[in-house]
Amino acid sequence: MIPHGNSETPASSATEINREAPKASPAPAEPHDRGAWGLWEVFVRSSRGLSHVHAGSLHAPDAAMALRNARDLYTRRNEGVSIWVVPADAIAASDPDSKGSFFESPQGKDYRHATYYTKSEGVKHL
Amino acid sequence: MSTPEATETGHGDISTGVAGGDSNASATRITPGNALRPEDIALEVKTGLVKPSEDVAEYALRLGDDALILAQRLGHWISRAPELEEDIALGNIALDQLGHARSFLTYAGAGMPKEDGTATSEDELAYFRREHEFRSVQLFEQPNGDFAATIARQFVVSYYQYQLYRRLTESTDATLAAIATKAVKEVDYHRDHSSQWVLRLAGGTEESRTRMIHGLRLMWPYVNELFQDDDLTRRLAEAGAGVVPSSLREDFDRLTADVLTEAELEVPDVPAAPGGGRYGKHSEHLGYLLAEMQVLAREHPGASW
Repeated sequence: MIPHGNSETPASSATEINREAPKASPAPAEPHDRGAWGLWEVFVRSSRGLSHVHAGSLHAPDAAMALRNARDLYTRRNEGVSIWVVPADAIAASDPDSKGSFFESPQGKDYRHATYYTKSEGVKHL
Repeated sequence: MSTPEATETGHGDISTGVAGGDSNASATRITPGNALRPEDIALEVKTGLVKPSEDVAEYALRLGDDALILAQRLGHWISRAPELEEDIALGNIALDQLGHARSFLTYAGAGMPKEDGTATSEDELAYFRREHEFRSVQLFEQPNGDFAATIARQFVVSYYQYQLYRRLTESTDATLAAIATKAVKEVDYHRDHSSQWVLRLAGGTEESRTRMIHGLRLMWPYVNELFQDDDLTRRLAEAGAGVVPSSLREDFDRLTADVLTEAELEVPDVPAAPGGGRYGKHSEHLGYLLAEMQVLAREHPGASW
């Protein structure tokens, strides 16, 4: 359940592409119902100059607590210098079932890679 | 800590508790960091580099006992907190406190030599003293109660410890200053954690608010004892090594009142408990806590794992 590590898609994200408008208000439920703690995705930047990388997810009643829970769950061993938390349902993800039409089309199109082309004579610094 | 010399002499610059800073940090490698560890203090004690005065040892014993008893209390929440995330948060805080306890007790033990002249170890102090030999104030041994009661205890403790350690970073005793320098950052986070929860429980449901108010009423009688001066603390303050507890009260009152006001809560109007923990007078709860904490070490003396 939590934290679930690096899954391919955020657990409660929209699974289809652009069929739904992105949800406008990502704020999770008020902390009144204990079972209603929202799911948050955590991104940790391990060092200055690197980018934030998805570390996992967690439950929290609001953004401030999500940051603190992320600090406690994902930076216990010096892993980070910066944390982002994003409500899981604010992430629109690609549909795993449409992998063929979405991601397999570039295969075989080697002319999209620089290595496909022969170096022209006399061109320096390539 | 990579050169043999550094290993032999422990942390190089005890005044900051950091040897070499973050110069070994790498963009791709996770490092444990190199802040002051209890093992470094033990090494310095063993090699005779540091030795506390009798007063400082007694003072370190007090602060170490506070942290040790709280760590034991908080550890009980593991697997029992309202959410997994909170379970880990409380566990982290418990481990921070245990780290402070180990440092303080190791240092205290250096000033309490055994008959053969060697220092008393942190384990001997933690596991083989009896109830009346513990010097913690009574707040730390108060039962966890419900989550709100634990947060109330954390709220008082973290604001008190923050003020104390902040001042101790300027102690003339280099080891006390080094321990405080490491601890104050951690306790600052404990302060943030507890105040966030005070605000949320007070502003949550009627039930959570009632429990928060009740939790604060349970813990507030033990606030007074935190700020009581005695001859030891006065002597240490005179020497610049320690802090007179009463001098922390004003900041404590002001900063806790800020949070309580924001949470629309009042400072509980309850009579103060008599106290006496610093002289070994404890509430009825400590004996049971010690029984659980010490049973394994006493059943198998000298065992290691």
